[in-house]
Amino acid sequence: MLHPLDPYLRLETIPTVFCSGCGCGSTASIFLHAVREKGYKDLRGFVFVSGIGCSGWIPSPHFKADTIHTLHGRSIPVATGIALTRPDLKVVVFGGDGDLSSIGLSHLVHAARRNVNILTIMVNNLVYAMTGGQASPVTPEWLDRIVSFKSCIKEGTLDVCKLVADAGAAYAARWSVIHVNQLKESFKKALEMNGFRFIEVIAQCTSRISERLGLTPIQYLKKLATFMKPISEVKEIKPNIIPIGEYTSRGG
Amino acid sequence: MRIFWSGNIAAAEGALKAGCKFFAAYPITPASDLMIYMAQHIVRMGGVFVQAEDEIAAINMVIGASWAGVKAMTATSGPGFSLMQEGIGYAVMTETPLVIVDVMRAGPATGQASKAAQGDILQARWGRHGDQAVVVYAPSTPCEAYLLTIEAFNTAEELRVPVIVAYDELVAHTWESFDVPESITVKNRVYAKPGDKPFDSDDPRKAPPMPKLGEGFNVLVTGSTHDAYGYRFTASHEIHNRLVRRLVGKVILNANKLFKYEELFYSSKPNILIVSYGSSARNAIIAAQTLQKEGVKDVGVLKLKTLWPLDEGYLRSILSFSKKVLVVEMNLGQLYYDIERLAPRECKVELVSKIGGGIPIYPEEIMDKVLGVT
Repeated sequence: MLHPLDPYLRLETIPTVFCSGCGCGSTASIFLHAVREKGYKDLRGFVFVSGIGCSGWIPSPHFKADTIHTLHGRSIPVATGIALTRPDLKVVVFGGDGDLSSIGLSHLVHAARRNVNILTIMVNNLVYAMTGGQASPVTPEWLDRIVSFKSCIKEGTLDVCKLVADAGAAYAARWSVIHVNQLKESFKKALEMNGFRFIEVIAQCTSRISERLGLTPIQYLKKLATFMKPISEVKEIKPNIIPIGEYTSRGG
Repeated sequence: MRIFWSGNIAAAEGALKAGCKFFAAYPITPASDLMIYMAQHIVRMGGVFVQAEDEIAAINMVIGASWAGVKAMTATSGPGFSLMQEGIGYAVMTETPLVIVDVMRAGPATGQASKAAQGDILQARWGRHGDQAVVVYAPSTPCEAYLLTIEAFNTAEELRVPVIVAYDELVAHTWESFDVPESITVKNRVYAKPGDKPFDSDDPRKAPPMPKLGEGFNVLVTGSTHDAYGYRFTASHEIHNRLVRRLVGKVILNANKLFKYEELFYSSKPNILIVSYGSSARNAIIAAQTLQKEGVKDVGVLKLKTLWPLDEGYLRSILSFSKKVLVVEMNLGQLYYDIERLAPRECKVELVSKIGGGIPIYPEEIMDKVLGVT
């Protein structure tokens, strides 16, 4: 074993398909470290369900586990079918902002309302990356001309964490790949809990955003960090502000 | 055992008999009563019921449950069936056994929610994008709804394919007493063992054994083009070609086994053949019986219980006896096109059709067509 995360990975799929500097790799690494620190020697007993988009490739094919790579936006209903049938399995969904907050949004809200036993990780790179850089419902205004714009009218952005928390989720939190320790502890906490748990990870897209901004991935992350504020300091949701922290934690 | 069921209840009972342990659906007329019946009974039998947020969720929940290791079903009608198409295509590509009941109502769009139609036949066969094949059964009575739903589960498990049971609203809400056969064959899933190829088969007529989640198989399920072990190959001609030809082939090569029909002939080689299915077939039978009594001996009925795949060899030979063929269906011509294609050139194939209001094609109308009155 060369690396502590080797038991969790299909080593034949490494190096990953992700662009150099992509936040998907960081998210995968932080998640697997959390799994390892919780004492799981491998991923037996886990089922990973993902959709279409860059983040769909995090578990499938890289995780050495049962993985289901579903249709675009439909990871949560597939996960719901599994979770209700097999309470013995730990069901984890990986999705992107397009997958979960746009095409699959109704499933996300209803899964939170049902409080079905699923951990959902939304890797929010603020853009439809795989299709070439289109705006998603969470793309902030200042990126509207970097990615292709949302529509002919001025559109708002969606606070998915707040929506999921309000819908009845057991746990909802937002971090970024910069918050390595907080994110890892949040994963560990969510892995312990039951019910619908939602963790949003703000991640950098290199080829569709930072390159177009003329920034390195690190410079872009630093720029993103300037918009982030601890949720306790956010009195009202304003465009371009990214609240960071736990929205709700009422799971058992 | 003598029972008294509607078509919808018979289909639900068939599913329960087959061992269905997961049912997800969205309320829609005229399939809602099937959902309510399933909700009441499946939970009592240790299964799971979910009322999904929409039909897209329903079909995808069923896909998840099937991979989790249980027999799973959904039921819907036209608008919901349209929403399910992408999920059905995913089930084809991932070789996920499941059953979809489509209670046909008048379309397109919202159409006439409570009125019978047979307009989803071609959609059932071709509704998804890309090359694919599914199996479609078409019961014409509550008894057939019971037996063909069981058969649908058996076929789904055996071929790892989504199977559609399509019947019109008249079959759904006809209450009838009938005898349930004593012995029913229920086929159970063959699970893959470590080392098995979950997505390839050396025998083109057979589906590979299916892995079960949580057993350490580390299965890779994907709707993208994949190799025998589930690894994605989204640019390879060879792998896509082999995969999709195999998925279509395992259904088409079993056509003679899957193709169910009844020859209700009143002479051995009838000159006039009425081809029909669902509730329309019942009226076709009455028309043929009445004509027989009136002295027109040369008429027979071919009732199809499988709509896809068609056993084209059988149909070609049976149609070759006929001078005149009538296709009776409550749409503007769907099965008609295949029958016309398979009939000999000199044979005249006519469509007997009626749409709207849920009004059946009456026996008299069929008789008039046979006699050439209209």
